[in-house]
Amino acid sequence: MNLRVGIIGVSQTKYETNKSYQAITDTVFEVVQEAMADAGVSREDVDSIVTSSVDLWDGRTASNQMLTDVVGAIMKSESRVAGDGLGATFQGMMTILCGASDLTLVVSQCRGSMGDPYGISNWVFDPIFQQPLGLDYLSAAALQANHYMKRFEITQEDCARVVVKNLNDAQNNPQAQVAKETTTDDVMHSPMWAYPIKEMDAAPVSDGACAIVLASQKKAKALSKNPVWILGAGCCVEAHYLGDRDLTEGEALAKASKKAYEMAGIHDPVKELDLAEVSAEFSYQELLWTELMGFCGRGNGIKFLEQGMTSAEGALPVNPSGGMIAGNPVTVAGLTRLVEAVLQVRGKAEARQVQNAKMALAHGTTGCCGQGQYVMIVGN
Amino acid sequence: MSDRFKGMVLEGKLDLPFSYSAGRTASRFFIELRDHQRIMGKRCPRCNRVIVPAQLFCKECFTKTDDWVEVGPEGTLITFTVVYRKESHHPKDAPLAYGIIRLDGADTSLVHLLAETDVAQLQPGRRVRAVFSKKRIGHILDINHFEMA
Repeated sequence: MNLRVGIIGVSQTKYETNKSYQAITDTVFEVVQEAMADAGVSREDVDSIVTSSVDLWDGRTASNQMLTDVVGAIMKSESRVAGDGLGATFQGMMTILCGASDLTLVVSQCRGSMGDPYGISNWVFDPIFQQPLGLDYLSAAALQANHYMKRFEITQEDCARVVVKNLNDAQNNPQAQVAKETTTDDVMHSPMWAYPIKEMDAAPVSDGACAIVLASQKKAKALSKNPVWILGAGCCVEAHYLGDRDLTEGEALAKASKKAYEMAGIHDPVKELDLAEVSAEFSYQELLWTELMGFCGRGNGIKFLEQGMTSAEGALPVNPSGGMIAGNPVTVAGLTRLVEAVLQVRGKAEARQVQNAKMALAHGTTGCCGQGQYVMIVGN
Repeated sequence: MSDRFKGMVLEGKLDLPFSYSAGRTASRFFIELRDHQRIMGKRCPRCNRVIVPAQLFCKECFTKTDDWVEVGPEGTLITFTVVYRKESHHPKDAPLAYGIIRLDGADTSLVHLLAETDVAQLQPGRRVRAVFSKKRIGHILDINHFEMA
């Protein structure tokens, strides 16, 4: 990139099963106030706002209508991404890179508790060929999981190890919804939901929100002593129809990561990255995504994990926060990953801090089985 | 969090009818299912792939497809799942099984229901065959399911 975009403020809520003690607008107001305070800016300083929310999750259409007031958007430029929060960050970054904005607020919110989560995901599918079959994120993911696991001889116990790592590490994350000492037996004994995915292989569904403040290079340097820079970014999308894709290949993620690495000047992600926060809604996805992001060879995601490479003290910690398995604010998840990555690079990740973290990867995904993929590299 | 105020929670329900136009290509695909119990794909003139269900264009070549080609009704199972969680959006009661199926003569795969719900009986590579519904209306569920061939 010719000019850099800085991240000068971040905030996230605790992820909870149910935030019914607050209205959505209460939650968003809090998180926006915190991000602006973190950046040391006020509403007057903000030029543009990008929000991310999805109508069906919010039980209303044009769901950003309710957000304009509480994100401070009145008489400012506001637009919405109906998808993942990291995708909204791409749009926020572009408002700055094109010169339209010097300071952009990106806000993402979702309440999984409001509706019927897998029922809503049934409506993600095209209404002609897939939706009438009753497919949802769980059954589609199970088709991908089974294909991937059979192709590379990955066992259910292997996937359980991902859950164990995440739920144990989540004990260091005060924002996590689920955090506990977990064994592979616990996971293996949880009910089978959609073969080979069991209840504990699936992320819970959470309520939560995140906000970040992006700034142009000049503004970031003026406002912040130590801005975190977006060093690389890549996004890529695959076909929607499940039968059009080889669900074990995930070319979109491979391409998105490659682009982000090139931009950031990364040749060897394992050596050069200090940690990665990846959006894995199901345990197998953490293995599959790490392979596709080039952390290890195809089919070696489990070996990479077993060698301890992705553990909190490993060569390339993956999800020291516990990831989505510890809290899944659905369409917010990618922005959660970015907030975690920024906190790590700032050295402010408290008990989950990875030592000497200087460069981190944040990953977000949208659609089923990783249809849309976003990768962002941030560093000092 | 410290504030455990118990706020009012108001109930609502989204229940809205929609009509989706299938378009020329999918309409013919459904008419063939309904009237002739035939599964049709379309060939891309550039890469020669047979795309199923029939599509207006090839996503790889970004070219309009031309020839209609009958595929199946038998094919090979690429992957499967058996869903045990009960959901109101399922077309039948759980356990129910889904498969991604490469029909004979096709170069892309079809997602559909499988009759077999015993995981031990299902394996990628197994041969399956389309079973058509008795009452067909021009719909993806005019194929009732795939059974083991």
